[in-house]
Amino acid sequence: MAKITFVTQSNETITVEGNSGNVMELAVQNKIKGIDGNCGGVCSCATCHVHVEPSDWDKVGAPNSMESDMLEFDEKVSDYSRLSCQMKISEDLDGIVLKVAN
Amino acid sequence: MKNSNIPDPFEKARLEKGFGEMDDQNDPVVMALRHKDVRRCAHNHKTFQSGAEPGRIVIPSEVNIRDIRQIPFEVDPPMHGEYRAVVEQWFKRPLEEAYTAQLEKQIGALVEEAITKDSVEVIKEFSLVLQSRALTLLFNVSFSESETWISWGTHVFRSEESALDASKANILYDYIDAQIENSIKNPGEDFYSKLLAAEVNGKKLTKEEIKGVVILTFAGGRDTVINAVTNSIAYFSEHPKSLERLKKEPELINFAIEELIRYFSPLTQMGRVATEDTQVCEHAVKADTRISLNWASANRDANVFENPNEVVIDRKMNPHVAFGFGTHNCLGATHARQILKVLIHTLIEKVSSIEIIDAKENIETLGEFKRKVGFDNINVKFN
Repeated sequence: MAKITFVTQSNETITVEGNSGNVMELAVQNKIKGIDGNCGGVCSCATCHVHVEPSDWDKVGAPNSMESDMLEFDEKVSDYSRLSCQMKISEDLDGIVLKVAN
Repeated sequence: MKNSNIPDPFEKARLEKGFGEMDDQNDPVVMALRHKDVRRCAHNHKTFQSGAEPGRIVIPSEVNIRDIRQIPFEVDPPMHGEYRAVVEQWFKRPLEEAYTAQLEKQIGALVEEAITKDSVEVIKEFSLVLQSRALTLLFNVSFSESETWISWGTHVFRSEESALDASKANILYDYIDAQIENSIKNPGEDFYSKLLAAEVNGKKLTKEEIKGVVILTFAGGRDTVINAVTNSIAYFSEHPKSLERLKKEPELINFAIEELIRYFSPLTQMGRVATEDTQVCEHAVKADTRISLNWASANRDANVFENPNEVVIDRKMNPHVAFGFGTHNCLGATHARQILKVLIHTLIEKVSSIEIIDAKENIETLGEFKRKVGFDNINVKFN
């Protein structure tokens, strides 16, 4: 079980719990605004872009090369960008805060 | 070779130099062929603009047959974002349950009808009909409008005889004018009424702007959806095991959709106009000349995709650019994905096999390259 907090563009803070799957799916299930997951999680659409709270970066880890390639040309990329479809839910993510990029 | 195979004509040029060249009505195009270059150029909208003369970023160019600017497609940021914000939510309606239920009803009826026939010409009798009917949902207009759209044939701007047909475009423009007038008189819940009520920067959209959005909605999703649907039918006809697997493992359907779209790349490329002297893959590009973002080539780049020329139905990591990339990514992608999703579910449920009787390929000639994009016609039997 991992508690994950999303902060949307309109500064709404929503904390949800997940057991399995990826963070994008969890966000879509909970209708988090700004996370659409249009491509269903194959790392193609970048509509699940989040900025990880810097203090949580070590818990989350850096993107792999394909994901960082997709992020490289995203309008809203930061040093703490991840595509949430590539973040597998596990206990390691418990307590993290993610700012929705769009 | 199987009918459903779509070869990659760009491989050699992509590996050797990274760009291709073609002429198009004396307005030549330098094509970016590599995945990274395509993404880089799509991202750099200041140097590679969409807001050029209307019709110029389309290949083949439509400058001689169209004066109206397609919106938000032919607009650059920041104005692009203002327009896009007006229509974004509307184009997410395909995710709503009621919309999907309607789509299921439409496609279910079409497949059931196809099963009763000895032979179905997929382009005209199946995909065009499916696309037109589904578009009534996107416009939120009466189902009967689809009959008019079907009567226009497979191309909105193109006729069978010539690649660019102004008379055909006028049929569409006159039709749209009439629909807008109609919605002014009788506002309702349709797309025209929605656009008539919309504001950008505190100002109502002009009729010209509304027309620009509507033309984009008609043109952008016509050939592309028809090719995606037709190519899917051809693929499942020749790969019945894939359909069986999706039946057993429906959780893979989403991966299958993205993979089919990558493999088909229904839109080969999209142009941009250079605003300054620049380069694509170290090839000089002069200001006010055209480049293209070759989605089809990028989607076969072996640096990104393992076994790029194979349909890997459960491909998990699939950063394809078949719906474009960046700011201008396809507005109709949600609608298109939902169509393919419902189509696959319907085939799984109702069809045991599909036999191809005969087929004629549709080959685009792009300078030195010849690319199969789908079929001119393909007769099949649904069982």
